[in-house]
Amino acid sequence: MDIGAKVIDIIAEQAILDPGDVTLESTLDSLGIDSMGLVESIFAIEEAFDIHVPFNANDPSDSEFNISSVSSIISGIEKLVAEKS
Amino acid sequence: MNRVAVTGSGTINSLGHSVKETLANMAEGLCGIRPLFLRDVDRLDIKIGGQVKDFDPTTVFNRQQLALYDRVTQFTLIAAKEAIKQSGIIFSGELAAKSGVVLGTAGGGVSTWDDNYRAVYEEGKNRVHPFVVPKLMNNAAASHVSMEYNLKGPSFTVSTACASSNHAMAQAFQMVRSGLSDVMVTGGSESMLCFGGVKAWEGLRVMSKDACRPFSANRNGMVQGEGAAIFVFENFDKAKKRGAKILAEVVGYAMSSDASDIVMPSKQGAARAIKGALNDARLNPEDVKYINAHGTGTAANDKTECAAVADVFGRHADSLMLSSTKSMHGHLIGGTGAVELLACIMAVKDGIIAPTIGYEEADPECALDVVPNQAREIEVDVALSNAFAFGGLNAVLAVRSV
Repeated sequence: MDIGAKVIDIIAEQAILDPGDVTLESTLDSLGIDSMGLVESIFAIEEAFDIHVPFNANDPSDSEFNISSVSSIISGIEKLVAEKS
Repeated sequence: MNRVAVTGSGTINSLGHSVKETLANMAEGLCGIRPLFLRDVDRLDIKIGGQVKDFDPTTVFNRQQLALYDRVTQFTLIAAKEAIKQSGIIFSGELAAKSGVVLGTAGGGVSTWDDNYRAVYEEGKNRVHPFVVPKLMNNAAASHVSMEYNLKGPSFTVSTACASSNHAMAQAFQMVRSGLSDVMVTGGSESMLCFGGVKAWEGLRVMSKDACRPFSANRNGMVQGEGAAIFVFENFDKAKKRGAKILAEVVGYAMSSDASDIVMPSKQGAARAIKGALNDARLNPEDVKYINAHGTGTAANDKTECAAVADVFGRHADSLMLSSTKSMHGHLIGGTGAVELLACIMAVKDGIIAPTIGYEEADPECALDVVPNQAREIEVDVALSNAFAFGGLNAVLAVRSV
């Protein structure tokens, strides 16, 4: 499974949605994921890819990690996975 | 209804091993937050904390005591000794039968859990020390204080996360005010600065890696601390009669529950607790000159707390001082309200307002006088101490100069 699909699976599970309903353009807000859901999603992503996501819940928009949309999250993860290997 | 005096105080925390040292360092705006020294610190993302320094328990306690005293109990007993000695009270007879100890802690003996989980999981041992349970239980510290000082009245431990100490002190206050007890020992303690204790907090992603900067626009989270502060609450008239030195008067309290979210604070819940404390103490908002803020240094707390203070105090919010001493001693979680009550007593007794250090940039959402970086000398009659816990449980205390 590619990284994008896996990330979408994780986000869909958090949002209690079908992965088909999560698009690249979706924002976490539009999916109904709140700050706690976001922290849980980041945790699940870190576990799935064995990476560390630089993310501070105090001000998510100020973190080095861009969470403005599903596609920005996926590209951030792809970069972190690439850096790892 | 009896008036309630504070006739003893004691502490150990990252700013000092006594009240005198702690208050002197608060007045200096000193920072007790430093690199953490603990096992496996290299596996932590968060490597700073308000750790008690230069502390060797073997110089204070004997081997038998250490087998029973988790670090949190050690801190509690050290602070209790200072407080009870200052009060000059020796508990015996009828006084002992009615005097108790009510303490707050969120985690109890966290390092005992940590050490023994390591032993059985990591090291694969199948046997632990016989006193693991009495060492880690949340009421261990309160029980040891009761045994050490012969306190035979109502005694228990309150656990409401970051508001534990304030809830505990509110209980003790109520008991003395109502006449149930003439003297109560109260306060709180915490010692979570071990690998598991810090790792658990890391999980929430709200911890700062560099500093606790409450109310500053560039703040980036909270920093844990550890230690204890203990007080003697006493029937005011009886304290006066025996010629005790009265440090301050506790005049009221309130508790509230947000009933909304397990981690996000609520402005309404906080405001109800602040307003409730004013009502209970029969104070007008204008009477309050200083508030020791909950001020964790997280975006969620600081904005909500400032909004709640603005709501309750209206225009007077602009003329009162609100500082967070967590910037210096870190967040002692269940013990934090107790250490912070020391700052309130310093305000009403000595006229010194402890600052919010690390303040670098104004935040329009926290546009109150947060006493940035430098202590201030100003006479204060009434001070409040705020505590707003995870779980939405709030407790606010009011103290007055005597």
